[in-house]
Amino acid sequence: MNPHRRSPWIIAATLLTFFFLYAPIVVLIFFSFNASRISPLFTGFITRFGPFQLVNGNVVQSPCGPFHWFCDLSKNTEVLSAGRNTLIVAFTATIVSTIIGTMAALALQRYNFRLRTFSQISLYIPIVIPEIVMGIGILVLFSQLFTVLNSALHLTGDAQLTFGLGTVILAHISFMIPFVALVVQARLQGLDKSFEEAAMDLGANEWTTFRRVTFPMIVPGVLSGALLAFTLSIDDFIITFFTNGPGSTTLPIYVYGLLRRVITPQLNALSTVWILIVLIVVFFIQRVESHQA
Amino acid sequence: MLRRLRENKSAQGTLLIVPTLIFMIGMLIIPLMLTLVVSFGHPDANGGVIYTFSLDNYIRLLGYSTDCPIGVSTCFNSVYLEILWRSLVLGFNTTVLDILLAYPLAYFIARIHPKWRNTFLFLVLVPMWTNFVIRVYAWMMILRQQGVINSLLGWFAGLVHVPFTPLSMLYTPGAVLVGMVYEFLPFMILPIYTSLEKIDNPLYEAAADLGASPFRTFLRVTLPLSMPGMVAGTILVFVPVMGTFIVSDLLGGAQVILVGNLIQRQFLDARDPTFGSAASLVMMAMTIIATYFYTRKFGFSEELVV
Repeated sequence: MNPHRRSPWIIAATLLTFFFLYAPIVVLIFFSFNASRISPLFTGFITRFGPFQLVNGNVVQSPCGPFHWFCDLSKNTEVLSAGRNTLIVAFTATIVSTIIGTMAALALQRYNFRLRTFSQISLYIPIVIPEIVMGIGILVLFSQLFTVLNSALHLTGDAQLTFGLGTVILAHISFMIPFVALVVQARLQGLDKSFEEAAMDLGANEWTTFRRVTFPMIVPGVLSGALLAFTLSIDDFIITFFTNGPGSTTLPIYVYGLLRRVITPQLNALSTVWILIVLIVVFFIQRVESHQA
Repeated sequence: MLRRLRENKSAQGTLLIVPTLIFMIGMLIIPLMLTLVVSFGHPDANGGVIYTFSLDNYIRLLGYSTDCPIGVSTCFNSVYLEILWRSLVLGFNTTVLDILLAYPLAYFIARIHPKWRNTFLFLVLVPMWTNFVIRVYAWMMILRQQGVINSLLGWFAGLVHVPFTPLSMLYTPGAVLVGMVYEFLPFMILPIYTSLEKIDNPLYEAAADLGASPFRTFLRVTLPLSMPGMVAGTILVFVPVMGTFIVSDLLGGAQVILVGNLIQRQFLDARDPTFGSAASLVMMAMTIIATYFYTRKFGFSEELVV
């Protein structure tokens, strides 16, 4: 029997599901090259000669050719600042949560201590409760805390503690730690302890053993944990929604706000750029993981 | 001091876990407890909290209402129970549809030649990591009155000279279901794939050698062995469906209110964090109970982290 034998039904179902997965993405990209201002009506590709804009009553040709909406997008300061916020949050939270999460994985996998079971369970909680519960929990915590602190320390005006990038970063770190810890733990579980034991027998202390033996072996796990954390952070909507404040809008929040008011092909241009970035990131994640195998 | 630490394995472990515990206690356990405390309180006029101990918010969720016909002071209003029930049903439907869609695809990738597997996994990961909100937007473009489906249907109707009135698909419960199924499909595909990929070929061969039909092999070998993947996928789909409010907000409009929308509105528009807290705790309890019975029946699995 051919182990790779495929039934035509399975192939048909697979193709249909892939169509379902990709049709919306194709639609997004397709319409980012749409000539019409009113995005949903496709009125033809932007050609070399179009689209035509009205500037002071004169018909002017777009200087960017088919990339008209991308040019428009690059001039949108709100998008640029939201993009900057997204990256600041993602980088900071990824670095911190990767360090803390890796430490936790080491502790849980290589050490015995009193709060071990409690720690392991607490790391599973954010995965099995809906994100919104954690989001509003943090919202309630900070709003109560800020009210108390602001009145106790007599803070007024700009000095007042308020929601902003800081709260978003703290919230992101908290929901990313479990993911990093579990990914690194899975990697540690698959590792032969005898290498570390051999290092210790040969007189290396704990720190040297970690630096020279354990860490080099778990680097791929740490890297894929960090990449997972980074993508989760960039993608996060719900927790950011409840913890952001004025001036700390991230891209998903910006897009959501825009969608409730107006729809423009700029949004499709943004989607196309985003999908391109995802393609590159996923490509790298796969590279890291195939090195691991 | 440092010397003692060097010799004490337990202290080293504790030291490594402390930062995690600070975050988990400070940003998860304390907030949850605070949510519980707030849910017993009453809102003040500015959306703040007056701390009391009353179960009013929970009684209100169960249907007690003061918003009644003239002449009646209290009555039964099932609106919140309906919202909770609707969310549960939607979570169930989404999960079932996702299993039906994901299984053949996961099976296909698991049985294909290993050199092609990464390519197909890549094709699953790209939609998964494309931003959630952007993917909802894609469905808005597809389903709206002048959207992709209606344009295509209109064009086809023009071709065969049939009068055509655009279908209203956006802002219906169906649109929300399609959106949810789409958003969480990759989270079902990956764990099912992981468990199917672990099944050794000789197992299939043995089943075939012993005279089992392909259907019987599937029923007695493949399906039971892929159960851990389906359990993990169900948790990864059902839990977020219960708590998501963007899909119903953008694709369901005012038509489809889920418990996520209810909570969000209490915190933002209605300015009643106490009722919102109660609703969110009730939802969490419902999710945990559903997941608990489900995993107790089918077993917990390690394939949760995809």
